[in-house]
Amino acid sequence: MVESVVERITRGHFWDFHGGIHPPEQKFLTSNKPIKQLSLPKQLIIPLQQHIGQEGDLLVSIGEHVLKGQALTLSTNPMVVPIHAPTSGTISAIKMSVIAHPSGLSQLCIIFDVDGDDRWRKREVCHDIELLANHQIIEKIANAGIAGMGGAGFPTHIKVNSKVSSKPDINFLIINGVECEPYITADDLLMMEQSNAIVDGIKILDKLLTPAFIFIAIENNKPKAIKALQQATAKIEKIKVCVVPTKYPAGGEKQLIQILTGKEVTSGQLPIHAGIVMQNVATCFAINEAVRHDTPLIRRVVTVTGQALDKPQNVWALIGTPINFLLEQCSVQHIKNEKQPVIMGGPMMGFSVSSELVPVVKTSNCILVPSKVEMPSAFEKESKEVECIRCGQCSDVCPSQLLPQELQWSAKAKDHAQLKKLNLSDCIDCGACAYVCPSQIPLVHYYRIAKAEILEQQQLDLKAEKAKTRFEARKLRLEKEKVARHEKQKKAAAARKAAMNKATPEATGAKSAVAAALARVKAKKASKDQVQEQTNTPDSQTNLSSDVADDQKSQVSAAIARAKAKKKLKAEATNTLSSDNNDANKIVDALETKSTVTLQASVDDKKAKIAVAIAKAKAKKLNKTNDAAADTNKVTKHTLAVNMDAKKVVNIEDKKVKIAAAIAKVKSKALAKANKVNKETDDTSRINYPVTNNETQSKYKPAELVQTEQEDIAVSDSTGNSKNKNITESKPIISIDKKAKIIAAIAKAKAKNKLKEISLVEKNNPDNV
Amino acid sequence: MAFWIASSPHNHNHTKTPNLMRLVMYATLPGVLAQWYFFGWGNLIHISLAMATALICEFTVLSLRKKPISHELFDGSALLAALLIGICLPALAPWWISVIGTIFAIVIAKQLYGGLGHNPFNPAMAGYVMLLVSFPLQMTLWQPPLSLVAVDLNFTNTLYTILTGFSVEGYSVEQIRTSIDGLTMATPLDTLKTNTSLGLTVFESIKNPIFGDNFALGWEWINAGFLLGGLFLIAKKAIPWQTPISFLLSLFICSFIGYSLSPDSSASTMFHWFSGATMLGAFFILTDPVSGATSNKGRIIVGLLAGLLVYLIRTAGGYPDGVAFAVLLCNMSAPLIDQYTRPRTYGHLKGDK
Amino acid sequence: MNILLAILVLGSIAAVFGALLGFASVRFKVDADPIVEQLDALLPQTQCGQCGYPGCKPYAQAVADGEAINKCAPGGEDTIKKIADLMGVEVQPIDESHVKGNIAQSNRPKVAFVIEEDCIGCTKCIQACPVDAIIGAAKQMHTIIVDECTGCDLCVAPCPVDCIEMRELPETIHNWQWDLTSIPVTQLD
Repeated sequence: MVESVVERITRGHFWDFHGGIHPPEQKFLTSNKPIKQLSLPKQLIIPLQQHIGQEGDLLVSIGEHVLKGQALTLSTNPMVVPIHAPTSGTISAIKMSVIAHPSGLSQLCIIFDVDGDDRWRKREVCHDIELLANHQIIEKIANAGIAGMGGAGFPTHIKVNSKVSSKPDINFLIINGVECEPYITADDLLMMEQSNAIVDGIKILDKLLTPAFIFIAIENNKPKAIKALQQATAKIEKIKVCVVPTKYPAGGEKQLIQILTGKEVTSGQLPIHAGIVMQNVATCFAINEAVRHDTPLIRRVVTVTGQALDKPQNVWALIGTPINFLLEQCSVQHIKNEKQPVIMGGPMMGFSVSSELVPVVKTSNCILVPSKVEMPSAFEKESKEVECIRCGQCSDVCPSQLLPQELQWSAKAKDHAQLKKLNLSDCIDCGACAYVCPSQIPLVHYYRIAKAEILEQQQLDLKAEKAKTRFEARKLRLEKEKVARHEKQKKAAAARKAAMNKATPEATGAKSAVAAALARVKAKKASKDQVQEQTNTPDSQTNLSSDVADDQKSQVSAAIARAKAKKKLKAEATNTLSSDNNDANKIVDALETKSTVTLQASVDDKKAKIAVAIAKAKAKKLNKTNDAAADTNKVTKHTLAVNMDAKKVVNIEDKKVKIAAAIAKVKSKALAKANKVNKETDDTSRINYPVTNNETQSKYKPAELVQTEQEDIAVSDSTGNSKNKNITESKPIISIDKKAKIIAAIAKAKAKNKLKEISLVEKNNPDNV
Repeated sequence: MAFWIASSPHNHNHTKTPNLMRLVMYATLPGVLAQWYFFGWGNLIHISLAMATALICEFTVLSLRKKPISHELFDGSALLAALLIGICLPALAPWWISVIGTIFAIVIAKQLYGGLGHNPFNPAMAGYVMLLVSFPLQMTLWQPPLSLVAVDLNFTNTLYTILTGFSVEGYSVEQIRTSIDGLTMATPLDTLKTNTSLGLTVFESIKNPIFGDNFALGWEWINAGFLLGGLFLIAKKAIPWQTPISFLLSLFICSFIGYSLSPDSSASTMFHWFSGATMLGAFFILTDPVSGATSNKGRIIVGLLAGLLVYLIRTAGGYPDGVAFAVLLCNMSAPLIDQYTRPRTYGHLKGDK
Repeated sequence: MNILLAILVLGSIAAVFGALLGFASVRFKVDADPIVEQLDALLPQTQCGQCGYPGCKPYAQAVADGEAINKCAPGGEDTIKKIADLMGVEVQPIDESHVKGNIAQSNRPKVAFVIEEDCIGCTKCIQACPVDAIIGAAKQMHTIIVDECTGCDLCVAPCPVDCIEMRELPETIHNWQWDLTSIPVTQLD
């Protein structure tokens, strides 16, 4: 495919695009005169945004003196193109001013008083671009503020950055020197006078994009430019100068691609998706200036033309030069009391400016001041529009093969759906349809309005959608807040009720007794399972022991776990890396699980439970990594933290528990011995280890989970039992507990109801955790 | 000097609808001259009657619709419609035929639908068909070529006949139409149709002097005149080439098939081309942009369809010529054809429009 | 006998077609959006409540239940027309009693603007805003997120110090609608 395209082009054969027109050419007005260097204007008006994208951040302030080429704005993202001081001078104001836009609206501009010195900032001239890496070149291009100079103003550094992901190999780099607008000769003259610089710029693009072939497309009405570029590229095999037939709009990106390659750019895609990049010749020149001479884009060639001017000519205009300065330089004939269109751009796609202060920007290639003789239609006071007779001439000339007459009806009827169906978005605003329309319908104008309306409608729809979601979110939030408030009130009421109930036993006994009873009840409820299990153990006596004993036991076991963990920490600190270490970790984990289970069972505190669950999950995670002492440390720390939490809760809940804990501490010493036994008995640890492991694995297998949980409980029970054994063996606490058990049984019944209530409230209020 | 805001494009190729209409009217000249040469003043009188009526109607309706009169009265569309009606009418039809036909064409078929650019049917053909259906007797008052007419039909005589129904000498239209042999003469197409229905072969039929030496005395030259004018319009790019070419091709193919199947009962291809309103229809009526198809493919389809319809109506229908009916039927189907022949937009695949 | 036969034949035909129709209505049922959703999509989603309902969705529901279609002030004639099309009813002129402020009169969209010097930070406007487009806290100056503001006007009334006003969004080159006639031109000597 690539080869055949090149073959065709070498033979001088091109494809054709649909439609197109041949408006009368007036290039001779300016094409025979060299580009004129102008004197410096007194004041420049430099709009902050001169390209497609966003404004940069201002780097200068009012009153500041800047040198030529100094950056005035900073690019903070890729869609921002910086602007530079076109000459040296002072910033006199930064304000809204009319910009080069068909709307005649104002945007932020830097008003720049020229001091006349034209003093440059320090420049670093690059003699050999081969020494520069691609990203450095792209950076230079970006910093030089180059945006597509053909008219669209797309940031060039984005276009030439082929390293951006998902871009295919570049087959063709097309340099657009077609310049199909019938008056403009800016590119023509630039090609004549600066062909070597343009070719140098093309070489830089070649280095960046590494295309298979480079085509320079020039319309056959520019023989001098063709000759100049053919000479400049004579020795370069890769570059081909393509002389394309003159037809408007051959210079359109899509049309030129079709002429040269026969391919169509799929609607909604960029040429780069088809492996094609197109750059304007003026952009190539600017790239060369920027990369080799460190000269930012501060001036451009502007064709100042039209028969209303005495001296139409191409000029080097500084960016920001107001058009009245340019017109004075080319001596505009004064037409008194006559409306005079001044068109920025060509007669086909340019726009009429509303003020003489409109500045030249990076995309301005022409100032056209036509006389009434040469362009009567531009002077018409009112639209001569008559009804469309469906002659179809517009669709015959449309380069996008649209149906302008049908679009026009739909646009007038504001039928956006139909416009979309007729592919209005593929219209390139070339104006060929309006040019040939015998009914003088300003077709393009209708399309522009329709496009703006569609865009606005899209934005409105987006906004409505956003407003809707925000409204829904707000409604949801208010609903939630209401429920929360309701809950809070309910809870407060419940608390009040509880306080009232509390008051009754207070009359009969001590406050602490009730609290103790509460705690005991909780403990008992939780240890029911344990009790059941314990009946099977030889220690049947223990079953007869009071709940308090159980409670204490569980507390004790928690304490044990803590103590053990501490001990383990110490042990590990001293331990060298050994296989035992790993085992120890496992044991700690196992014990931790154990302790948490028992803790859970005994304290029956939601908060503790959740905390433990989190700790467990963390421990499990860490268990998986299953590595060195450091991890174990973390795990034990977590366990400690959990235990501390649990302890806190316990402290708040019951003073007695504290005492029990104190006792437990004493006991723990004794248990330390027992622990040794535990440690020694590999059986215990081995049993524990797979169980915890199982639990980790079965996190997402409910059936298994139940099973392992049961096992876990069983295991912990058995170890707990062994501990219990230790306790009973070591100290006779049971006798004391018997009495307490009776008291607790009474209190239990009383407190049960309250407990339920409280737990219910707590369940509904996870926020408290 | 004040800045003057306008929308791009600022340039224009200076074509205007009135100019286009005028060009089309000029292009009818060869045909009209041939008509005058062979059939006398009748049609010219009808053309001027119709044009006057058209202007009056247009003026009245435009002022009722509060439209810019100066702008639209002379845009040429009404005059062109009147011209076409005048050309189509039988030369000796009474004056009110052209007046009624024009009123219908301008007021009903054109302005009531919204004026220029909004009429779904070609006004001239709508008016003509209305006349054909409503006044079949007057609309068949076809006059034989002057060479076959015994009465001297000079200008005053023709005018007198059109206005009163009798020539200055007192001959009725019927008498004028009657040949020396005492036979009432009609158009070649009409004659052929009648003869075929009487069982005569085409070969026997065309011995009738009305057919002349070639296909149809006088008519062949009128058609040649319109062909010339049409080619001029195509060269000027005032009308698209697709419609007339496809129409003539279609008619040629249809008549060729008919002729080769039964040469006895079918007229030759060239007879179909050069008799009746074939060339007028092909270049001046079917190419009316307002009521025709807009896409190139659509134009070709319309042309093919019209050719087929003309052939069918001429051979199987009740009327001798079918151009007017074919045009109206094509006008009816044009929006649908347009709907399905939208060109593929640049950058879009064949499937997705 | 004949009559009976006729009745029988006609009856059976009626039954067959009835069954066919019934089957078709079930089998080829068109699953359209619920009417409320469609109506909601037509409404401008300003959530302004000028219709008397707390938001656009409730009004959509109400319209579906037979409420008048001409109560949406921000939507204006366009919305009424669309709703009329959807509901198959006559287009009605907008109900003036539901037009608060000047939304319907102006073409350019408006957004609320807090005059910062006057704001006392009462948070009343924040509570009134249906789309959470106002930022601020008690005793702190409030401000409007312009991009989120629907211009519903609801925050203006609750402000105790009248520091909120509705301002037109300025015309920029991004939202310009190609109105060439309104461009001011300068006169040169």
